Amino acid sequence: MDVPLGEIWEIAWRSLRIAGAATFLAALFGLPLGVWLGARPRRGGGSARVVLYAAMGLPPVVVGLFFYLLLSRSGPLGKSGLLFTQTAMVMAEAVLAFPMIAGFTAAGVRARAANVRRLVRGLGGSEKQVLTTLLWESRRPIVAALAAGFGSAISEVGAATITGGDIRHHTRVLTTAVVLETRKGELRSALMLGLVLLGLTLLVTAVLVVWGERE
Amino acid sequence: MIRASGLRKSYPGFDLRVADLRVPEGSFITMLGPSGAGKSTLLRLLAGMEAAQDGVLERRGRAVYLDQDNIVLERNVIDNAVFGLRLMGVASAEARRRLRPWLARVGLAERLRQPAAKLSGGERARLALVRALATEPDVLLLDEPTQSLDPKNVAMVEALLREAHTRGRSVVLVTHNLHQARRLGEETWLLLDGRIVEQAPTETFFASPRSREAKAYLAGEMVY
Amino acid sequence: MKKLLALFWLFALAFAAGSMRLATTTSVNDSGLLEAILPQFTVESGIEVEVIAVGTGQALAIAGRGDVDAVLVHAPDLEAKFLREGKGVAHACLAYNNFVIAGPAADPAGVAQAADALDAMRRIYRSGALFISRGDKSGTYHRERSLWRAAKLVPDGRPWYLESGSGMGSTLTLAAEKRAYTLTDLGTFLFMKDKIAIVDLYNRPEPLMLNQYSYMVVNPKRFQGLRSSAAYRLRSYLLRDDVQQAIDDYMKEKFGQSLFHALHGKCLMEVKP
Repeated sequence: MDVPLGEIWEIAWRSLRIAGAATFLAALFGLPLGVWLGARPRRGGGSARVVLYAAMGLPPVVVGLFFYLLLSRSGPLGKSGLLFTQTAMVMAEAVLAFPMIAGFTAAGVRARAANVRRLVRGLGGSEKQVLTTLLWESRRPIVAALAAGFGSAISEVGAATITGGDIRHHTRVLTTAVVLETRKGELRSALMLGLVLLGLTLLVTAVLVVWGERE
Repeated sequence: MIRASGLRKSYPGFDLRVADLRVPEGSFITMLGPSGAGKSTLLRLLAGMEAAQDGVLERRGRAVYLDQDNIVLERNVIDNAVFGLRLMGVASAEARRRLRPWLARVGLAERLRQPAAKLSGGERARLALVRALATEPDVLLLDEPTQSLDPKNVAMVEALLREAHTRGRSVVLVTHNLHQARRLGEETWLLLDGRIVEQAPTETFFASPRSREAKAYLAGEMVY
Repeated sequence: MKKLLALFWLFALAFAAGSMRLATTTSVNDSGLLEAILPQFTVESGIEVEVIAVGTGQALAIAGRGDVDAVLVHAPDLEAKFLREGKGVAHACLAYNNFVIAGPAADPAGVAQAADALDAMRRIYRSGALFISRGDKSGTYHRERSLWRAAKLVPDGRPWYLESGSGMGSTLTLAAEKRAYTLTDLGTFLFMKDKIAIVDLYNRPEPLMLNQYSYMVVNPKRFQGLRSSAAYRLRSYLLRDDVQQAIDDYMKEKFGQSLFHALHGKCLMEVKP
């Protein structure tokens, strides 16, 4: 095996951290936006949803290229020195996860908004209580949204390569490592890394779902 | 007590105008009318859930509105039951303590931990009703609560409503069931195309309706 | 937002301390050469080298934007242009080997019998056997195009001329799968040959096939924040006799030949700014 087991775990742990941070960052903005879009009492918001759903198909390499140009020393934020760092990867992956989280959250909240509003307002609750109730009632679709966002972040390779540079011990993640090992013809290592990636995604999704389904 | 005058709510294809209306303290009003007449909208206006475009609404005491769908949350029975009290800021343990007798009364005491979504239609209706009753509202605005329930469940719901009325609550009950309207009401309204066309003590309403529309409605003729 | 920005800065600083970035061609990285010689540099200098392995064209493009501190590439005329444009300084020739024409053992074009490299290219052209080009801006692609030009042939648009658009390892794998010819550097070929069904059909150390690796420091005057002193230290380290010897010895036992021959800073192919 070309990649020692210890390094595989190191890469997996890094992937988990970067995708986790990206999901967190995307959720920080995506959840409130999704709840707001889904909970609005009047119809409309159609164009916002169209934009979100279309953005789910954002090509990762284009997002990566955008951040490359933004963070490059010749770019507007060049002074930050962030290109080829995990921070740059987190930002790009967060942009990719954001529409998933906002879109799926909005859809889930929207499906429940009318009923919850009628119930809460009917019992004399405030509009603020409508929102907090909606948030809890939509926990399952929200968990699904987080899982989808995490999945898109951890399984992505185009933006990760362009913004991270696949630097060993720094920005090498499971996907870029799979590309490298395949390029080197080390198919056993590539396969092993791929299996770890699958297992990790499955594990995180399972944890999220179990957490979301608990009473 | 609710008093309204000059209420107006219109949108394309719909126009509700109510000149003068009173839900006196301790009254039991049954509201009749075909689908689309504006009964639910009027209830929601009275509940303060929707704003009228015109008119004055005066409400003393707390009103609750019960939807015809008997909405339950994606939670278990007890968490659904305490929801009304929790909205009012009652602590969880206290709310649970207060709901115990209510749930026992409607036969749900053994099912507290079950997801509410698994309840039958009748059980959901009972759950929705005790959720509201436990908050001890002054006015109950009910939108066809016994729609599609079997006689046993209808009897249970009616008994709860009667008891609430006996204890001084005002009730406005929308129903399509003429027998129920007559059985429970002290006063009956007939709403047609957004207007109250007849408003009378229940016995008078059924025994000697004055308007052409009320006569036709009671005779089972289409009056749209 | 301010807090977030501060956090980013902290992150950036943590990464910046005692490290530099080197953009290299994939061949020196994927062959494991850098991992064999760079740790010693880190021990001696305390400077960690972050390696970004891409094609020569991309490495020079990244460096031209100031996003790395130094490059290790293998395309003399592109290097000359890079120096001429003032983007790079302190050019140093580190090592060389040769390019190889690899292909199916059956050799339908008879490349093994070619009189010289240009004849080999002509044989492939005439036979109509599949040829896989890198199709990127790598040093190897650059050399392949020079060979076609020198042979006065235009393969573009021919049905047998395919572009892979990927790295050398992937391109060799693709060539093996398709029983096609391709041009490769010796290092990558030796590393891949046991894993895939492809053989070296034209592997002779002649001037046209010479593959020379050079190191350049990104011009410190062009960008702020470059870690140029680290880049200069790495240059001195790479040119040191013991390190040059280590480059020469790398994998010599395993393959029975040097993967990279040390140049000690003396270029075989002229790099004229």
